[in-house]
Amino acid sequence: MQAEVLQGGFANAPIDAAVAFRAAMQVMARPGCIETVSGGTPPAPMSVAAGVLVLTLCDPETPVHLAGALDCQPVRDWITFHTGAPFVDADTAMFAIGCWEDLTPVTRFAIGTPEYPDRSATLIVECDALGEGHRLSGPGIKDTASLALPEVEVFQNNALLFPLGLDFFFCAGDQVAALPRTTKVEG
Amino acid sequence: MVDQTARKDWMSLLAKAPAGVLAELWQGMEDAPEFTHLRAPEIGAAMVRGRMGGTGAPFNLGEMTVTRCSLQLGCGTVGHGYVQGRDKAHAERAALVDALMQTEAAAQTDMVLLQPLRAKMASVRTARAAKAAATKVDFFTMARGED
Repeated sequence: MQAEVLQGGFANAPIDAAVAFRAAMQVMARPGCIETVSGGTPPAPMSVAAGVLVLTLCDPETPVHLAGALDCQPVRDWITFHTGAPFVDADTAMFAIGCWEDLTPVTRFAIGTPEYPDRSATLIVECDALGEGHRLSGPGIKDTASLALPEVEVFQNNALLFPLGLDFFFCAGDQVAALPRTTKVEG
Repeated sequence: MVDQTARKDWMSLLAKAPAGVLAELWQGMEDAPEFTHLRAPEIGAAMVRGRMGGTGAPFNLGEMTVTRCSLQLGCGTVGHGYVQGRDKAHAERAALVDALMQTEAAAQTDMVLLQPLRAKMASVRTARAAKAAATKVDFFTMARGED
């Protein structure tokens, strides 16, 4: 194992993880809101924001799926050393990380069961940039919010599955935004 | 590349060594090397598994407390320490010794630290075995003259 994959974890894990968790909760509670996170430096091609989310949310009990270019040995070694999360196929993953093109079709991922809607996957999508775009409405949004999304129909169909469905984090550099299953997307 | 069998040997030695003994021997090292934490010392539990006679089915014997630490020396060498108990300084020292054993300081570290430690552990083991041996009872049946 190379020494560089062992670096880039939280320097002060309890504090850094709590700050990052607060940011993750904030963006999930207020869709369209963009937060900046720091503390973790994963190996390329993983973004800082995605790395911080992995350090904060993953542990040996959360199976992770890496899609596309992210499924490389440095990223795998880094996640294993810092979180101990196992790697699995798309259908059993609790977290999936990758570019939008590599994650689609999203119907592969678990959407939960009527008894346990929480047993669904959370997708961490690597984007080039975050910004305003599509109109969002729903819980956590006073009137309307705006967030650029890679597609529209997929998220509209996902919202129809409520209370089942997927939740999404969007990461670009050190910025993170989120789209929970409750949010209605307009084109 | 370090010989992994030898490394396994000193990792095992450090994991089982009493914290006090290692701390005492550490005083004999000339200068403490500079290092950065890759993973700050953290306490956790590990399940110890056993097998009866080496052929039985494995079973969970019980959990034990383990403290681990990973660090990197100034020269880039990475050391890992896994020790029993909850002594964070002990885990850090074990990781430092593991890292030093992969550098040019290996011979000195081995002489100052590992060899006395190995001798100490062996003497403890021998003393315990001798104590147990002293209580050994040989059962035998005397001829009762019936046949």
